[in-house]
Amino acid sequence: MKHHVSFTLNGDPVEALCETEQTLLDVLRDELNMTGSKEGCATGDCGACSVTVDGRLVCSCLMLGVEANGKAVDSIEGMADGDHLHPLQQKFLEHAALQCGICTPGILVAAKNLLERNPDPTETEVRYWLAGNLCRCTGYDKIIRAVMDTAAEMRGA
Amino acid sequence: MQERVIKAPSDVDFKWVGTRQIRPDGVEKVTGRAQYGADFNMPGQLVGLVLRSPHAHAKLLKIDASKALKLEGVKAVVTRDDFVEHDSDLMAAGEMMVSYKDISRNVMARDKVLYEGHAVAAVAATSRAIAKKALKLIDVEYEVLPHVIDEMEAMQPDAPLLHDDMITAGVNPPPSKPSNVSKQMEFVLGDVEKGFADADFVIERTFKTSPVHQGYIEPHACVANVSADGYADLWGTTQGHWVVRAHCARLLGWDISRVRMTSSEIGGGFGGKTVVYLEPLALALSKKSGKPVKMVMSREDIFRASGPTSGATVKVKIGAKKDGTITAGQADLFYQAGAFAGSPVSQGAMAAFAPYDLEHVKVVGVDVVSNRPKVAAYRAPGAPISEYAVESVIDEIARKIEMDPIALRLKNAAKEGTQAAYGPKLGPIGMIETLEATEATEHYKTMLGPNQGRGIASGFWYNIGGQTTVNMSLNEDGTFNLIIGTPDIGGLRASVAMMAAEELGVEYNRVRPTIGDTQQLGYNFLTGGSRACFSSGMAAVEAARQIKEEACRRAAKMWDIPEDAVDYENGWIRPAGDNAGAHEPISINEIGKMAGKTGGAIVGSSKINAQGAAPSLGQHLVDVEVDPDTGKVTVLRYTVIQDAGRAIHPSYVEGQYQGGAAQGIGWALNEEYIYNKDGKLDNASFLDYRIPVASDLPMIDTIIVEVPNPNHPYGVRGVGETAIVPPMGAIANAVADATGLRFTSLPMSPPRVKKAIDEARAAGDPNLKV
Amino acid sequence: MAHVTLVGNLRQFADGIGELEVEATNIRQLFAKLSERFPALAPHLEDGMAVAIDGEIYQEALFQTIKDDAVVHILPAIPGG
Repeated sequence: MKHHVSFTLNGDPVEALCETEQTLLDVLRDELNMTGSKEGCATGDCGACSVTVDGRLVCSCLMLGVEANGKAVDSIEGMADGDHLHPLQQKFLEHAALQCGICTPGILVAAKNLLERNPDPTETEVRYWLAGNLCRCTGYDKIIRAVMDTAAEMRGA
Repeated sequence: MQERVIKAPSDVDFKWVGTRQIRPDGVEKVTGRAQYGADFNMPGQLVGLVLRSPHAHAKLLKIDASKALKLEGVKAVVTRDDFVEHDSDLMAAGEMMVSYKDISRNVMARDKVLYEGHAVAAVAATSRAIAKKALKLIDVEYEVLPHVIDEMEAMQPDAPLLHDDMITAGVNPPPSKPSNVSKQMEFVLGDVEKGFADADFVIERTFKTSPVHQGYIEPHACVANVSADGYADLWGTTQGHWVVRAHCARLLGWDISRVRMTSSEIGGGFGGKTVVYLEPLALALSKKSGKPVKMVMSREDIFRASGPTSGATVKVKIGAKKDGTITAGQADLFYQAGAFAGSPVSQGAMAAFAPYDLEHVKVVGVDVVSNRPKVAAYRAPGAPISEYAVESVIDEIARKIEMDPIALRLKNAAKEGTQAAYGPKLGPIGMIETLEATEATEHYKTMLGPNQGRGIASGFWYNIGGQTTVNMSLNEDGTFNLIIGTPDIGGLRASVAMMAAEELGVEYNRVRPTIGDTQQLGYNFLTGGSRACFSSGMAAVEAARQIKEEACRRAAKMWDIPEDAVDYENGWIRPAGDNAGAHEPISINEIGKMAGKTGGAIVGSSKINAQGAAPSLGQHLVDVEVDPDTGKVTVLRYTVIQDAGRAIHPSYVEGQYQGGAAQGIGWALNEEYIYNKDGKLDNASFLDYRIPVASDLPMIDTIIVEVPNPNHPYGVRGVGETAIVPPMGAIANAVADATGLRFTSLPMSPPRVKKAIDEARAAGDPNLKV
Repeated sequence: MAHVTLVGNLRQFADGIGELEVEATNIRQLFAKLSERFPALAPHLEDGMAVAIDGEIYQEALFQTIKDDAVVHILPAIPGG
């Protein structure tokens, strides 16, 4: 039994047909071909599937596709503005805050959400906010530095 | 302020090497556009799923897939009958000799299932839901057998036997009966009995480590498309697509040229993606069904069925004099191989004492099978385990004679000319340089507070070279295409492009690096062994030199002067001297533009088996705080000091140091496989298999030391693996410093630490400091 | 004449001999001569052995030159992770 869901994705209206048991992550990746959000565990433990729904950071693997009906979903694909990278994206490149890059979309979405709520986070606040995003390559050091550097720049700019 | 890179002296002022360029694959990765294994889809593709054994050890009596095949939407089922029966043992697969008998049985069980999660059958269906239903319709008859997991238990004479033809190799005379010990080996230097006799004291300890998983965030994933006439296209996440091509061809009995593999971007490997699991299954399903088949491993299956590293028991005995001279080192290593032979025990044995210059060493290694997934490589395979044990005892020696642990290591440090326990004399290495750099850190001088401790440990890894083929071509506008064959796990494209740009004397962003597929290049061994920057870099430099030479030849022809009368410098070709004539210098752009008319495209093609890889030595310095009420160990401060030979891109070298440290911290403090009494895994998720998260760690400071490798055009040493070797020893030493208690078993998780502290307190242990 | 040491338990397949002199100008010849003298050793030499020549480790380099008087060690190959 398929359901028709419609929501906005990165500001644009989208619609899809999905099974009851398909998660929002499944809908994004398999029905809408938006493969930027990644599946690392399907149980909400790794954060690679992070998106925001009505401005709230969620693991899209923990939400059903049908629950997105009528909501505003923002994923990694909406972070840059045309060919203008978001300051976080730019800083991640400059700080080499990614190695394999699989966790990067989720971390960027989470970090962007943090800076929207708290433009001046301490290192500890950044670390605890990102505790739900697993990274196995970097040890988090350069990621934290990139986020703090971006926060400073965005405050100053 | 500490220098982050202690640069080696050089008579050349590098333009690119040693700088921090933006990686060419960066924008696609921060925008979510980069395509990883599961991001690729083919029209009409089927979903493939695997049926896995629920038993840790059982005879596989019967598999009946007839009901599953009748389910609408199911297009194919494969079982053991679809794979070539390999009886003969070893065949060449690129750089490795592999037992295809074992690999085929690991990919799909034949007469027995040997671990919970062992693949028994696979289906391809039009949807995931149908594939899941189909799995339930496959009837499998098992005869459950008793199982064994622990390596010491598996060695007992009455232990359940995994393979009734396993006769221990390396024992003379060979045993008359089969056992779970596949092989035994020893490495001897000098005479340890004499060494122990010379010692003023001897410390002997037994250590136990738990198996841990590489923990890559990206699951195994592939898409296979096989045509009716047997041409196969395979897309997937891997550390080595030529290796996967070879394994699949052999397992399915196909010509190698029939399989074309494209490596996707890879979301972490650490050694765990150097082997095949889904790929042969997907290919077989695609051939049978006549459609593309996509397979992605669930996180649960990754824990249950893909190869972790060994758990192990290590006995270490070290003799020393009161002045800190180490007189003898002995170790006995018992490593789990998983269900089939082949733990990294020999590499662990050879590395155990490698940081030290010892006259008398004896290391015995034993490879033991047990009912767990076949172990796969995990970053410096074997060495973190053995060096954790040795570094712990070295630390005890330092404490016993009240000698500074760095001074003790300096006194016994391996250096150029030291004969390694595994035989050869070492070339120049950075053990002393990294120790001295550690001693000079501000970290080392900082005072500690209550319940805090500091630990240091050394680490060694050999690093390898291997088969590498690279193509570079000069475009019509003077830009360059560079095709390499080693997947980029974290900054490789940038590093290789920087070396090529340096060699060619052109702007970095005029060299575009891509990873070629198996159709486009000659053989490339995998990204692993800390070889990619070393080998692909070496080959790229050679290809660049070929292009420069050809560019000079073209210019010479155009000017009608001899070939050797021409010089290349920084992208310009000019006559070598006054005698050559007054010709205006010509740029590489011009040469590119004229290439067609002057003889054809200008291409560099390098095909090498890179030799001359040199070891990387490193030190990890860590401060911890132990909470005696909870047993929690908090890492307060961490510094990695490691020799990179020459850091091509310092940020990505630092990244390797930090990532290796983080994995080691997890290995030391939290990660382990927890099996229940039926041999089934209780913690098959990231929730319960706890890897370090951002709030667990402090910043990880790094110092890159450069002792150039004379065998590489830019002095490169591989760095990725050494970084995971010291952390467990360093943290165990720090915890000993904080608590007064020596932890000889990993992980030092809160319940274990608390229990040890409580017991020490109850017993009135005078060593207890918290 | 190369001075050859068989590391690990390779010596078991060479009648217990761990150190010997072998006349060989490259690795392929070295393996061939050793296999001829000790047939039990042959499959192990195929089995992925690294060869250190005067301290430099070579893997899969059959034609690597062995100079006269070289110090050679045959040891297990190093894979990576």
